[in-house]
Amino acid sequence: MNEEQIRLVILDILDKIAPDEDLTDLDDSQPFRDQMELDSMDFLDIVMELRKRYRVQIPEEDYQNLVTMDSTVTYLLPLLKDVESPA
Amino acid sequence: MPLPDESRIVITGIGLTAPNGNSLTEYRENLLAGKSGVVPFETRYMPPTVAGVCDFEVTRHQKRKEARRGTRAGQVAVYCANEAVVDSQLDWENTAKNRVGVYLGITEHGNVETENEIYEITQFDYDTKVWSHHHNPRTVANNPAGEVTINMKITGPHLTVGAACAAGNAGFIQGVQMLRLNEVDVAICGGVSESIHTFGIFASFQSQGALAKHDDPTQACRPFDVNRNGIVVAEGGGICTLERLSDAKARGARIYGEIVGYGMNSDATDFVLPSAERQAECLELALGRANLTASDIDIVSSHATATEMGDIQEAKALHTVFGDRESLAINNTKSFIGHAMGAAGALELLGNLPAFEDRVAHATINLTDPDPNIALKQLVANEPRELPKVDYILNNSFGMLGINSVLIVKRYEA
Repeated sequence: MNEEQIRLVILDILDKIAPDEDLTDLDDSQPFRDQMELDSMDFLDIVMELRKRYRVQIPEEDYQNLVTMDSTVTYLLPLLKDVESPA
Repeated sequence: MPLPDESRIVITGIGLTAPNGNSLTEYRENLLAGKSGVVPFETRYMPPTVAGVCDFEVTRHQKRKEARRGTRAGQVAVYCANEAVVDSQLDWENTAKNRVGVYLGITEHGNVETENEIYEITQFDYDTKVWSHHHNPRTVANNPAGEVTINMKITGPHLTVGAACAAGNAGFIQGVQMLRLNEVDVAICGGVSESIHTFGIFASFQSQGALAKHDDPTQACRPFDVNRNGIVVAEGGGICTLERLSDAKARGARIYGEIVGYGMNSDATDFVLPSAERQAECLELALGRANLTASDIDIVSSHATATEMGDIQEAKALHTVFGDRESLAINNTKSFIGHAMGAAGALELLGNLPAFEDRVAHATINLTDPDPNIALKQLVANEPRELPKVDYILNNSFGMLGINSVLIVKRYEA
């Protein structure tokens, strides 16, 4: 997957765990939590979905990389570069 | 000596979801029309079966995210509790939320969520790293009641009452007691069930030889009928707002009825087989607490689940207490909706309450060939029955491990 494909995967996961949110105006440079209702259990859902979908294991010390869309995509790119895009 | 109004507990609001209705009005109409809510149902690992399935609007009182995070029992409870409060016309915004208690009867809780997680890890070679972090908050035994408090911002006490299939009555009884102890001013109480979403309950009844089957699902649940062949599992919820009569009068509340008596006891004999003797004692306990005799009761809402032993033992208990008095009407709501487990006692009582106004006992449907071993002359078979008066309704609810509960509600006269 490339950066844009990973972004779409993250958007799909966010839409699943926060179905009441409108994500169309999400600012990729700003923290998710500043733009939507997202608590620690929701955050763990993001980690869990990535684990289930792509067998990606994200160690706890790396959670800080999942703060914004930009930082998340940057972090995941090397981990998912050999994975086929679902789209 | 009559109780003071501060100790008299009345029903002021009703919220429910049953397989054949999502409000008291719709549910009552279908009970009087003989309309079943039992449908074909498929669940994991089991051959096709039948069940009582609810279709209430989950998002009426709950955000989609809240519904996703919680449980089906939580969805049922949140829907019914909100509907009850709306129906009560309480000034909810100005109600002291730390003086509201939530007491919900459950038959079981956590099986659905545990089965789901086990299924999930089987898809990942039993890797427990995909076991959900939501599992514990979903499966703690207080879950459905706790979800109600979070949704409705209630800061008073909440708990579930684990009472097998006697749980609906047990939830009401807990509410009555807490109001009388002045622990709360409003009790949101009753029973809920998500049981159709665990394959285990179907599989266990099947192994016990107690799971109903019929080509026509609407005819599958046949209490007191010689051709019955077991239980139809159902989901649902029945929740009331209870208040002290003094408070209800002060705000001019609509009063559905007064809970004047209750009894709970234990068979102390068997895991599954009921005891007619103990059930009869429980009936007498409730009548005594209400200062009534058996001749005062107009409608008995029976518990019978359409198992041979259960139906016969309850019939014996009822015959012991009520004899052959023909002015009594005995009906059975499971014949319409199946066995709603933790919600059964609550839904069965609530479906009968409108009889205080219309003086009609709804029927026991599917009773085409009454079991000759059941000597109840008062069964309302297949068609509703008009009664000259309805002043007292008695509701039976019994469960596994020999838990018995009886509730008596009186028509309220201002």
